Amino acid sequence: METPEQIRDRILARFPGASVAVVPNPGPAAQHSLLAGADLGREIATFLRDDPVLRLDYCSNVTGVDWPKQGFLEVVYHLYSMALRHGPVILRMRTADRADQVTLPSLTPVWRSCEFQEREVYDLFGVVFAGHPDLRRILMWDEFKDHPMRKDYVEPDDYEWEPTPHGDILAKARRHYPAPAAGAEGKGNP
Amino acid sequence: MLGTGLLKGLGVTAKNLVGSFYDPKRFVTTQYPEERTKLPEAYRNFPFLVSESPEDPMGTLRCVACQICEKECPPQCIYIEKSRDKKPDANGKMQIYPAVFDIDTAVCMSCQICVEVCPFDAIKMDQVFEIAATDRFTGLLLDRQALAKPNSYFHQIHPTEAEEVDGRLAAARRAAEEKARAAAAAKAAAKAAPPAQPPAEAPKPAP
Amino acid sequence: MSATDLPPLAPSPGPRIRAVHDEFHGDLLEVSMGPHHPSTHGVFRMNVTLDGETVMKLKPVFGYLHRNHEKIGENTSYLSSMPYTDRLDYLCSMTNNWAYALAVERLSGQAVPERAEYLRVILAELTRLLNHTCLAGFLLQDGGASGTPLMYAFREREKILDLFESLSGSRMMCNFQRFGGCRTDAPAGWLDSVRRLVDGYGKFLDEYEELLTGNEILMARTQRIGRLPAALAVSAGITGPMLRAAGVPYDLRKVEGYGFYPRFEFRVPIGADGDTYDRYMVRVLEMRESIKILQQALRGIPEGPVMDPKARLRGFRPKPGEVYSRIEGPKGEIGFYLISEGGPNPYRYRVRPPSLINLTLLEDLCLGHSIADAVVILGSIDIVLGEVDR
Repeated sequence: METPEQIRDRILARFPGASVAVVPNPGPAAQHSLLAGADLGREIATFLRDDPVLRLDYCSNVTGVDWPKQGFLEVVYHLYSMALRHGPVILRMRTADRADQVTLPSLTPVWRSCEFQEREVYDLFGVVFAGHPDLRRILMWDEFKDHPMRKDYVEPDDYEWEPTPHGDILAKARRHYPAPAAGAEGKGNP
Repeated sequence: MLGTGLLKGLGVTAKNLVGSFYDPKRFVTTQYPEERTKLPEAYRNFPFLVSESPEDPMGTLRCVACQICEKECPPQCIYIEKSRDKKPDANGKMQIYPAVFDIDTAVCMSCQICVEVCPFDAIKMDQVFEIAATDRFTGLLLDRQALAKPNSYFHQIHPTEAEEVDGRLAAARRAAEEKARAAAAAKAAAKAAPPAQPPAEAPKPAP
Repeated sequence: MSATDLPPLAPSPGPRIRAVHDEFHGDLLEVSMGPHHPSTHGVFRMNVTLDGETVMKLKPVFGYLHRNHEKIGENTSYLSSMPYTDRLDYLCSMTNNWAYALAVERLSGQAVPERAEYLRVILAELTRLLNHTCLAGFLLQDGGASGTPLMYAFREREKILDLFESLSGSRMMCNFQRFGGCRTDAPAGWLDSVRRLVDGYGKFLDEYEELLTGNEILMARTQRIGRLPAALAVSAGITGPMLRAAGVPYDLRKVEGYGFYPRFEFRVPIGADGDTYDRYMVRVLEMRESIKILQQALRGIPEGPVMDPKARLRGFRPKPGEVYSRIEGPKGEIGFYLISEGGPNPYRYRVRPPSLINLTLLEDLCLGHSIADAVVILGSIDIVLGEVDR
């Protein structure tokens, strides 16, 4: 199978002016990935699927990653070929920021397996996929606000209060319920 | 003929039904609680603390409150408070001990990681599972008293593991005693012999 | 059993029901099947829109068992995440453990001794046996054979669970693999018990197949139901026995050859039609191949350590990098994607759940069939909600 540099060169030959770069991966696994710009994402994906040398017809995994320090959300696609038995080719796309410019092109029209996984990335990270046939929350309930897998997610503190050894849950519950009931202190609480 | 598959299937169920009256392979239900299956030695349920002697369980706990199990526990169900003073442990060395050692068995998921990371063989897995309580919070929170069980109990439930642990601890104790005796002998020899002259300064070689 | 000695198939129910309904004018009925439902394999909900008894639209709804496993993975060390992987696909804890251990070993470049690799293959194939046995029982249960095949299947599954208990201490939540090998070695006599079980399993499968495979009711309920075309399966990312029943010869044990699988000789059963009956038969044939692999592994397992001496239990900090590694679990391809920034916890911990991806085509498979068939199709996809929702 070709190296990521060769794939990048062929993508640039096919789509001149596209923003494609190789992201090296330190460590023993050496799974280097291709960073594609959001504007030609779907076209590049279609090229990767239909190209006779690569024929990446199977999208195995779609992952969202939150990079708060770098200031963007990232979606990583792991592509394999069932026809030619090779892979992985890893495709990444990054949003412009983490607040309101969080739209990326959906690759569900290219690979049907992205359908539920992109819904999950939307649900848990907040990335909006343009062109997804049915973009709504999948794991959380529909009226839920906020995106739980982001690094700056603050969980609600209205827990059912229980006497457990977990000091931080007790502290959060005390902030929410200001006066705990008398005699409700269990053993072993700090 | 249509229906031969069904007839063959009925033959299998009939064989199982009739066989369950006399063939132990076909009748596999244990009539609990009158009969109990023998638990394998490796079976684990919730942890317990090992103490060396049954007469003084609190005083001879192997645990030195290093809090490694508390840090490594995945659901964080262990709560430890170190003691302010030190007590001699089973080897006579002064160690701190846990003043508070609580395990919340409502949270514990019996993963055995606390046992794997304990450097002192102080916490091991128990095998009791008939421990229903009437109160969800305090009844399932086991403290030091409930958790401490003697080493003889450990031998009863996990014989091979207990033998191995005892062997290792005895070898470590013997090695420590050897070192102490050798150090004492060296100190006595140094006191008896006259102080040696410091060697003359050898000229440094030219760089 | 070849195709020639099976009785002739019942005609497909789809077109006949449509023809009858065209004469009547009725409203569409929306039914919510689940989440409390005995046949949905967990807390799983299907919003089904019915025209009479035919499925017009089907939307799966899940998330009732969502425990945010991935966020827990970000806040827990690598070792402490291992017991949580048991609880993903809670029937197959050994393969989940292996998938995670393999991912971390690839991330950190950790080696694994030979005996541990053989032991991992033995445990994975035992897990495949128990998963497919469980599935055969539940598929028949969903089809209406109220309990008998299920109880026979569970009687055999108990024997494998007893083996796991005597090895790792727990029947289902084994927490047995570590980064660099297995937690403990097999106790004395364990391998002999496995040999006895494996030698007797073929006889159990023969009896089970005599009960089921030629059964006319099973064939009428499952043949030509839920046909999956191969191209759609590949595009939808279907993996595991469901993909192979659709006719695509893709098995990660052969394609990627992880562990010591290249040393063992086994075949991969491929289906012809892609319907529910093929999905059931592929799993039965896979069980027979698993028995072959087990016999070879038990013959060849060497003596030696089960844990690499350089492996560290505590204070494990792999160098920065990322890895995606996958194995052929009994339900499909289970993959782990880990990003490490050099700390004790992973920066991103992602599980690729086969059951969730296999559910993508549930609507496509059920359209036009009756609601009773929808239950059987869901049963043949083989989902476990612990994995779908994580």
